[in-house]
Amino acid sequence: MTTADAAAAAPESTAAPESSRDLRMESLTKTFGTFVAVRDLDLTVPRGSFFALLGPSGCGKTTTLRMVAGLEQPTNGHVYLGDDDVTDVRPYKRPVNTVFQNYALFPHLTIFDNVAFGLRRRGRKNVREEVVEMLDLVELGSQTNKKPSQLSGGQQQRVALARALINEPEVLLLDEPLGALDLKLRRQMQIELKRIQLEVGLTFVHVTHDQEEAMTMADTIAVMNSGVIEQMGPPSELYENPATTFVANFLGQSNLIRGEVVGSNGTELRVDVHGSKIGVSRERARVQEGPVWVGVRPEKVYIAAAGEEDSAEANKVAGGTITDTSFIGVSTQYLVKMPWGEELTVFEQNTGARTVFGPGTSVDLHWSRPHTFVLDAEQDATAGVETVDDAP
Amino acid sequence: MSVGQVASELEHEPEPDPAEVEEPEGGRRYTGYLLIIPGLVWLGLFFLVPFYSLVATSLYDPAGTVFSGYEMTWEWSNYTTAITDNWEPLLRSFVYGGLATFFCLLLGYPLAYAIAFKAGRWKNLMLVLVIAPFFTSFLIRTISWQLILADNGFVVETLQWLHILGEDGRLLNTPFAVVTGLTYNFLPFMVLPLYASLERIDHRLIEAASDLYASPIRGFAKVTLPLSMPGVVAGTLLTFIPAAGDFINAELLGRPSDSMIGNVIQGYFGGGNNYPDAAALSLVLMALILVMVIVYVRRAGTEDLV
Repeated sequence: MTTADAAAAAPESTAAPESSRDLRMESLTKTFGTFVAVRDLDLTVPRGSFFALLGPSGCGKTTTLRMVAGLEQPTNGHVYLGDDDVTDVRPYKRPVNTVFQNYALFPHLTIFDNVAFGLRRRGRKNVREEVVEMLDLVELGSQTNKKPSQLSGGQQQRVALARALINEPEVLLLDEPLGALDLKLRRQMQIELKRIQLEVGLTFVHVTHDQEEAMTMADTIAVMNSGVIEQMGPPSELYENPATTFVANFLGQSNLIRGEVVGSNGTELRVDVHGSKIGVSRERARVQEGPVWVGVRPEKVYIAAAGEEDSAEANKVAGGTITDTSFIGVSTQYLVKMPWGEELTVFEQNTGARTVFGPGTSVDLHWSRPHTFVLDAEQDATAGVETVDDAP
Repeated sequence: MSVGQVASELEHEPEPDPAEVEEPEGGRRYTGYLLIIPGLVWLGLFFLVPFYSLVATSLYDPAGTVFSGYEMTWEWSNYTTAITDNWEPLLRSFVYGGLATFFCLLLGYPLAYAIAFKAGRWKNLMLVLVIAPFFTSFLIRTISWQLILADNGFVVETLQWLHILGEDGRLLNTPFAVVTGLTYNFLPFMVLPLYASLERIDHRLIEAASDLYASPIRGFAKVTLPLSMPGVVAGTLLTFIPAAGDFINAELLGRPSDSMIGNVIQGYFGGGNNYPDAAALSLVLMALILVMVIVYVRRAGTEDLV
């Protein structure tokens, strides 16, 4: 068991090897000309954890990874392994290995020689045994004498993983490792990677733009945007209580409705949403007064015929009209046009207990107070909305 | 494309049965063969016919002259005379050609490497500069080296002043001058294929080597150099073959005693009027180079190149 919490709370008891240390970045900055790729980044990755850097392309996540690997020199700031400053250590002297995007396998070497590369450079003795053992771990024991071009994408991916893992690095960096694989293989490899990580207990830092991939594998996710970390935490926390509109939209989908804080009673804020009064706990509100975004996840919303009574505790916005009903097997997705013109999304599980509403039906939307979150109205409500090609 | 390949393509005559053709447009099937015709005609006129003529000439009676005409007497002895009389220039050609190739590789590899990996936005300009000498005639460039290496030239005087060269030491009309000329003249033939193969190398592979504990030198030896081998093989072939057969450099920069096989052949054809021996010697040179190239390519393990 190596969750980030456990590693942070009781470092001595994790499965991580004795030699493994925390990876720490301190006000790390990288600029290319006038473009700031990474801005003043502070980040600690506890040893033995599976850490994901999640963000859209160009957000600086790969640059961050490359600075940890030593392939990019930071403009400012430091990278530490434990207490050692490795900022100026050459890449070939760092106890860090990378699984490159598109793998970067040596095309002129066999699978065996590819995997043996790192061991040989360090003059290890039992190269053959170690390589055979590692290739068995990734189930490629029968392919040792082939060249990379003779393998399938999934097999190449596992060679790339084996080539890095065999060196037992303190930190294993994975740069979009599954990006080139098709969906089915990607799911398979996600589970495989997670299994291997638990087995070897190394620190994995995984860079991806695929939120589902990050949530499947990582203990801790840091969502990056425009060179800064927007929010960091366990996947469920990020999903249930996003801190910014970017996180709310990039990790899953969100309904964001314009509102105004009109009062409070101790632990709860009262927010006016186009005439309806709703409640939200102060803990889930990122701003405590003035104009806000009121957020709720589509699957948390209960769709009801207009006028149908629900418990008084629930938040409610009335007067919607269904504009689209899509039946997609496990759930039905509704688009509901509200009186103020905004279209909200509702996912409803197909339990069979409820009737499906057709387009044109007048409905009210209900959701429970603990599922509400409140964000700063200064932020762009469409930040981080996924583009078509990334949609799950 | 070799003659053999062309011949084998001709053997695959298109099937006459139109029902079996997958493409609806019958004309398109023949387009490829039509396009080959100019190449075939060219090869026939300027390679096959002259080659046949050369082989025939090499077997004529050497007693004849251009003016009195030659008789076909199947003189196989032309070959033995050609070799026994000229083994020295023959050997010298391969030594000079080999040395020039070696120096071209020594100078050309770092240059190609710099252009491919370090030149940045100057890349195209540098490539143009590599080819720029071709805008001047080969002959004029070689004659310029006579000036550079002349006895009272700057280079010789500097070397004499530094006591690297003796009082009456010289550079012009020495084997050194010949190899220098060959190296200079054929350098672009080395640099361009080297550049092409270095440029193709995925930069991430070099990063991967560095990530896997290879110092820059080890990374070069284990990744960059092996991946550039096709360029090294192509470059050395393109340099060695013409350099070994060259006669201009030996003629203009060397003494008669430094003559290469090209000078001998030229002498036979030109002043000597000895066509049969010249033809035999040409064919010997061709055969030797062909054998060396085959052995070399096999050794280098890049059969797919040829």
